[in-house]
Amino acid sequence: MSAAPLLEVRGLRKHFPLRGGVLQRTHAWVRAVDDVSFDVYPAETLGIVGESGCGKSTLARLILKLIEPDAGTVRFAGEDVRGASADRMKRLRRDMQLVFQDPYASLNPRLTIEDAVAFSLLVHGSSRGQARERARALLGRVGLDPRLYGRRYPHELSGGQRQRVNIARALVLDPRLLVLDEPVSALDKSVQAQVLNLLAGLKAERALTYVFISHDLNVIEYVSDRVLVMYLGEIVETGTADALAQAPKHPYTQALFASAPSLDPDHRLERPPLTGDPPNPIDPPSGCRFRTRCAFAMPRCAASPPALRAVGAAHDVACYLYEAAAAAETPAR
Amino acid sequence: MAVTTALPRDLDAVAGAPMSYWRTVAWRLARDPATLVAGSLLALIVLSALLAPWLAPYDPNAGSIRLRLASVGAPGHVLGTDEQGRDMLSRLLWGGRMTLIAGFTPVLVALVIGTALGVLAGYVGGLTNTLVMRTMDIFYAFPAVLLAIAISGALGPGLPNTLISLSIVFVPRVVRVAESATVQVKGLEYIAAARASGAGVPTIVRHHLLANVLSPILVFASTQVSLAIILAAGLSFLGLGVTPPAAEWGLMLSTLRQSIYVNAIVPALPGLAIFVTSMAFNLLSDGLRDAMEVRA
Repeated sequence: MSAAPLLEVRGLRKHFPLRGGVLQRTHAWVRAVDDVSFDVYPAETLGIVGESGCGKSTLARLILKLIEPDAGTVRFAGEDVRGASADRMKRLRRDMQLVFQDPYASLNPRLTIEDAVAFSLLVHGSSRGQARERARALLGRVGLDPRLYGRRYPHELSGGQRQRVNIARALVLDPRLLVLDEPVSALDKSVQAQVLNLLAGLKAERALTYVFISHDLNVIEYVSDRVLVMYLGEIVETGTADALAQAPKHPYTQALFASAPSLDPDHRLERPPLTGDPPNPIDPPSGCRFRTRCAFAMPRCAASPPALRAVGAAHDVACYLYEAAAAAETPAR
Repeated sequence: MAVTTALPRDLDAVAGAPMSYWRTVAWRLARDPATLVAGSLLALIVLSALLAPWLAPYDPNAGSIRLRLASVGAPGHVLGTDEQGRDMLSRLLWGGRMTLIAGFTPVLVALVIGTALGVLAGYVGGLTNTLVMRTMDIFYAFPAVLLAIAISGALGPGLPNTLISLSIVFVPRVVRVAESATVQVKGLEYIAAARASGAGVPTIVRHHLLANVLSPILVFASTQVSLAIILAAGLSFLGLGVTPPAAEWGLMLSTLRQSIYVNAIVPALPGLAIFVTSMAFNLLSDGLRDAMEVRA
């Protein structure tokens, strides 16, 4: 990890206005992503995990500039994505691609899968024949014989097959970074494993870098080198997958690991470690956003939000419980 | 017995070349009996209207005082004559032209303008959407018939003015359908995927959006043709549409109205023609809706 990061995200923020009434006046804001910073290094897989509604998908769309951030920067290979000209952006899009969550809504029902994959190439100026050739080759690579499937329409394919098409479409431009937004959540367990193995194979083959978003901790643990835990639009803990699995620090991360289903009978839970829904992101709690569901909440948690502090090698946590430990790690100022 | 498990060499031949969308639609249409009947009936009506100059046995506007209101089957006049002694068959053939023009043109105009406005409002959103859709709401505030009568009344009678007023009636309806279809499709992930691939707005609209919003719009427009025919006939009936002595089904119905006690069958003929034509259009659009259903 000594190399320069491929993707640098700094202070990214997106608040969605809630409009209402005839005049479409904004009466509230949904704080989807709040001050999120992280790096992704070449050839690694960064897992992003969190409950639904914590801003994971918004983060994916912000990275790819499908939506504009309110604040913060995204730099890809040292280049500012946010300030890129339309021309430069089009070239940047070849390097960063997104695999979508919903295998049903993510394919145009009126295009054959061959055309769906070839489309990106046509946008970037390939000839029709060339694009089709590449698309067919890639469909074969993701496990769909182009002779059998190339000219079929999405409704003739299963969910797992569609997700393979999505992966082929994302890869057809030879990107360096692939953002995978819950790529296997909509699939059956057995199909999940197949798709995950396919993704692992492609990554090794093409020296890809993955940002892998999921709410499934088992999947995240399996695919990721480093993990980023999000709660209500904020990062609460980051660390290597091993460090997080062995010694989760943040009470939320601990609860997540405790609630992940396990096949070990000694690991069964008597009661859920976490109850209730996350608070409304329209009006998040003051201070630490997790304090309303936290067993260790202290008065100071309500006062101001804790910052991310190092608690180990490449292991940061945003919680007042570890302030002492963090102070010992970092030299006193 | 040897069992061959090898894949056939030519997989395309086995899998069969999948049909394109429009071929699938045509295939489905050809298998629906109601659509077939309605379709052939409409083809007959359109053809006879087109060929009216050659098919009509008499000049539609030349009458004979001695032969007024002849019954159906009268010698020389298969469908009888009207109150001025003009041949009904000839007038129905010529009148079909007018009625079909008045039924099709406004819907076609509305289809083009309405789709453009609706897709613009739906795709751009924000203030543009508010501006376009609230303007359409103003037209929507009036019942269709009232709006058509009001505009026709202001513009004066005549076929061109009928077409203008009916177009104004139908544009907001198409805009609504186009806008809601666009908003729905725009939010789907394949549009986001197209954006992520670096495609510009015109490319996305052309390749990904239009193909998916056009079928609901087309189906809706096809249901409106019969309404346009009835509205056009209604305007003529009220004296706001086609001007006499030209033959038009609604106008014929209006002028023959007083003769209904003398001869009940002949005045009913233009009404029957309107009924059959609009019914056939409705059946056809039903079939079209089923055939154009896109499985996602």
